[in-house]
Amino acid sequence: MKRIADILAPVALILALLAIWEIAVRALAVPSYVLPPPSAVAEALAGDWKSLIASAWNTLAMALQALIVASLLAQLAALGAALSPALHRALRPLAVVLQVTPVIAIAPLVNIWAGIDHPERAIVALAAVVAFFPIFSGAVTGLRSADPDLERLFDLYGANRRQRLLRLRLPSALPFLLEGQKVAAGLAIVGAVVAEFVAGSGSAQGLAWRILDASHRLQTARMLAALLALGLLGAALYALFEALERAGLKWWRGR
Amino acid sequence: MSVAELIDVEVAYGGRGALGPFSLALAAGEIVALVGPSGCGKSTALRLLAGLEAPQKGQVRRGARPGETAVVFQSPTLAPWLTARSNVALPLELSGVSKRDARERADAALARVGLSGREAARPAQLSGGMAMRVSLARALVTSPRLLLLDEPFAALDEITRRALADDVLALWRETGPATVFVTHSVEEAVYMASRVVVMSPGPGRILAELATPQSLPRPPGFRTTPQFRETVEQVSAALAQGMAAA
Repeated sequence: MKRIADILAPVALILALLAIWEIAVRALAVPSYVLPPPSAVAEALAGDWKSLIASAWNTLAMALQALIVASLLAQLAALGAALSPALHRALRPLAVVLQVTPVIAIAPLVNIWAGIDHPERAIVALAAVVAFFPIFSGAVTGLRSADPDLERLFDLYGANRRQRLLRLRLPSALPFLLEGQKVAAGLAIVGAVVAEFVAGSGSAQGLAWRILDASHRLQTARMLAALLALGLLGAALYALFEALERAGLKWWRGR
Repeated sequence: MSVAELIDVEVAYGGRGALGPFSLALAAGEIVALVGPSGCGKSTALRLLAGLEAPQKGQVRRGARPGETAVVFQSPTLAPWLTARSNVALPLELSGVSKRDARERADAALARVGLSGREAARPAQLSGGMAMRVSLARALVTSPRLLLLDEPFAALDEITRRALADDVLALWRETGPATVFVTHSVEEAVYMASRVVVMSPGPGRILAELATPQSLPRPPGFRTTPQFRETVEQVSAALAQGMAAA
């Protein structure tokens, strides 16, 4: 019974808010290019669902490619930093500069490097830039997170560097690696959308293009429908990575 | 011939003296308890004996080779991603014993601490007392000549502490490693050790050394004997004197 109530309460609230929105927009005669009623958004969703799913897929594909690239580079860099303190000192400021520079500011540059005809490359690169830091930072922290007493045990039993890395530091880092992937997955979607706004869409139009297109035509209901699709996509990806993290931690801890 | 010896060692951290001058010689097969207030350098002395740290002054002589020393820490310090068996096998595998042999010896060590049947359990699935037993098994699996215990029972409840104290003594009797046992508890020190070394507040020096009555392991009911109570009183008095002088 309690579970049903848990689900019913938020659904009821959302329905109530939608009803108020619908009634208010109609009663006040708000122009639909400013704020369309929810029924119009639902209509736009029903009419556009095929192209929205195609666009969501494009955005997701870009974000996932970026995530793979960022994951490989960031974890390799973190591994290098763990093995060589000099490399760590060298990488740290670069990683921080990369992180604090707004992705929108470097987009035009990356756009030129990727080639005007290949905006999808620019999008993947830019989303990867955004996703890099949380993975790198998590991996660096994780690789230093081994229990100091376990480190002492490895000293005591004369472990070599390889044993220490493979049997202590890497396994100790796993929870941090999973957390980094999860945070980066959400950021990769943000990066892909922002990059598409700046770099354009090429042949594969993502959700950013749907939003821009609707905005240029003052089709606010379609804009809201695309935004809704974007929100759902982000939430679904986050939920997926959270489930992966939980499963990974369960395996790591044994319960 | 001593298994390990500290000669006039001194250790300071950031200019503040933590230990010494301090000397301690360990004969084969004895159990020495180090008691003293927090921050008196007990754990530092242990790390010196283990070779995990070097003193700024003085000398450390070690008869035991690196692989022949084992340490048990205050917390079980198990790798959460490994099973009990793999945790115990780890020291063997690190020193090049084959996986199969290491596994067999690990299972035998787990059996000795009463954990047969829990070989595949992860640390998170074990109680605090059981995790400490796994930690003990890991220390004993290499048949060390020098066993160093750093407040191993501090995080456990009194019943578990007492049970584990008897277990440690029973295990000690099998191979008789020279053992140093660091503790806050005077009663535990007198119960576990053949010799109790009382340390002053940091930088720790030796205030008193007392031999305990009766042979190890302890006969049943030893805690209630007048000799036991008397030794506990003597150690407590030495501790109190040291605290008052500081």
